[in-house]
Amino acid sequence: MNATEDPLWFRALLVALAVLTGLLLLALPLAAVFTEALRRGGEAALAAILEPDTLAAIRMTLIVAAISVPLNTVGGLAAAWCIAKHDFPGKRLLVTLVELPFSVSPVISGLVFVLIFGLQGWLGPWLQARGIQVIFALPGLVLATLFVTFPFVARTVLPLMQDQGRAEEEAAATLGAGGWQIFRRVTLPNIRWALLAGVLLCNARAMGEFGAVSVVSGHIRGQTNTMPLHVEILYNEYQFAGAFAVAALLALLGLVTLAAKAVLERWSGRVAGEAG
Amino acid sequence: MSASLALPHRARRLRAIPGFGLAFGIALFWLSAIVLVPLLALLLRPFELGLAGLWASLAEPRVAASLRLSFGAALLAAAIAAPLGLLLAWAVVRLRFPGRAVLDAAIDLPFALPTAVAGLAMTALLAPNGWVGGPLGEWFGWRVAFTPAGIVIALVFVALPFTARTVEPVLRDLGRESEEAAATLGATRFQTLRRVVLPALAPAILTGFGLGFARAVGEYGSVIFIAGNMPMVSEIAPLLITIRLEQFDYAGAAAIGLAMLLLAFAVLLALNLAQRALRRGQG
Repeated sequence: MNATEDPLWFRALLVALAVLTGLLLLALPLAAVFTEALRRGGEAALAAILEPDTLAAIRMTLIVAAISVPLNTVGGLAAAWCIAKHDFPGKRLLVTLVELPFSVSPVISGLVFVLIFGLQGWLGPWLQARGIQVIFALPGLVLATLFVTFPFVARTVLPLMQDQGRAEEEAAATLGAGGWQIFRRVTLPNIRWALLAGVLLCNARAMGEFGAVSVVSGHIRGQTNTMPLHVEILYNEYQFAGAFAVAALLALLGLVTLAAKAVLERWSGRVAGEAG
Repeated sequence: MSASLALPHRARRLRAIPGFGLAFGIALFWLSAIVLVPLLALLLRPFELGLAGLWASLAEPRVAASLRLSFGAALLAAAIAAPLGLLLAWAVVRLRFPGRAVLDAAIDLPFALPTAVAGLAMTALLAPNGWVGGPLGEWFGWRVAFTPAGIVIALVFVALPFTARTVEPVLRDLGRESEEAAATLGATRFQTLRRVVLPALAPAILTGFGLGFARAVGEYGSVIFIAGNMPMVSEIAPLLITIRLEQFDYAGAAAIGLAMLLLAFAVLLALNLAQRALRRGQG
């Protein structure tokens, strides 16, 4: 027996335990969602998804993601570029602040915007006098989603940017390129797969976010409901077939994101930084 | 003299990459607008109650019970997820078996699966008529769904990738040289694992524990479906925030939020100190 190798029975036990953990904790919940969704057949599930309120929720989810993901991509890229390619005082503080939303409860992420824009918020009376609705409307959903998904792009891109160093950018600067030119022609092509992975993770969270949007949405059916919120409403109304059908759709989104991330990781060597 | 003053300046300018100002401006504006100013509201608004009112608002039995539940369940879930994460990381890095790549990808599932879906799935599984809840009830008489035990299970699911993915890279980098050295010096395999491998992984395990805890303590979507949400028994703190908001008690809601942030910060700080002590002990 090799002294750095565990005995066969021990390795077999570890494999069995790991696979069991994976099956019980990871595979089984996923299987439960799809089984429940297809309990009455694919057509019933499809019919549940084609309900007008469900379609409205899907549309709302797509709109919120379409607004927040590009905005956070720009903000995240700018932050990552500053941190990786430049020196300035307070850099570590900026890194910490960029990651801050990860350690804030989703409910608190929604709460902070209610505290500002809600009826009794700092700006509430001012907004109400002008007939502008932020909370219980699309702007509130977008703001809460922006807060929650803020770190994703920067976190995914930053480790790769730091690994790549600054030599190429410095060479470009020596040759007379401006900041925008360097970013577009040198930095961006080098990180494109990691960037795509970051955008996908950001999008998955934006579409799947529950707690933060739950606080600011007001749950108005057909108007301010997103897909995850609609799952809850259907479930509370004992419309289990519909709830699990929408949940299965969201689960598919998660699975596609995982698969795409795995492929992109292979392409870009290794995309460091997880969703957490 | 002017030349010697100008030189460092020129040297710095040559090395610097242009475009910092604009990028920094965008980043700072975006960070402030989306994250910092909103969090400022959370810091300030609880004090509208006055210090005494703030304390009274937090000392309510229902609030205290929910904070105890949220932090107790999150700590317990992270403590369960830490060894499970170590097991998964070990299997993925050190062992070769069919399906290893699938297991590796599946570890990220809780990251990618929307929390409401996870909550719904856990409830379906653990409910008295579910695949897991059924047998547990019949054979052992255990009821898991709609109790604090169900909350802990949902939080283990949420925390698992953090513990696994934090240990994994350290384990990968560890290599086998130190283990071979220990074996050469006559250590048994168990001694090697306990005295060489585990201490090397300990800081990463602690970090993973902290990340898993931080995620679990504020978790909402995967918990509320399975919790049953009984006041004083299975009502988590984030849920109480939403209840207070519905009653237009903004300051009271913010008070719970602020208390959660400060308590979580204290736990993470304690973990950080423990980690430093560990490192110093090894150094």
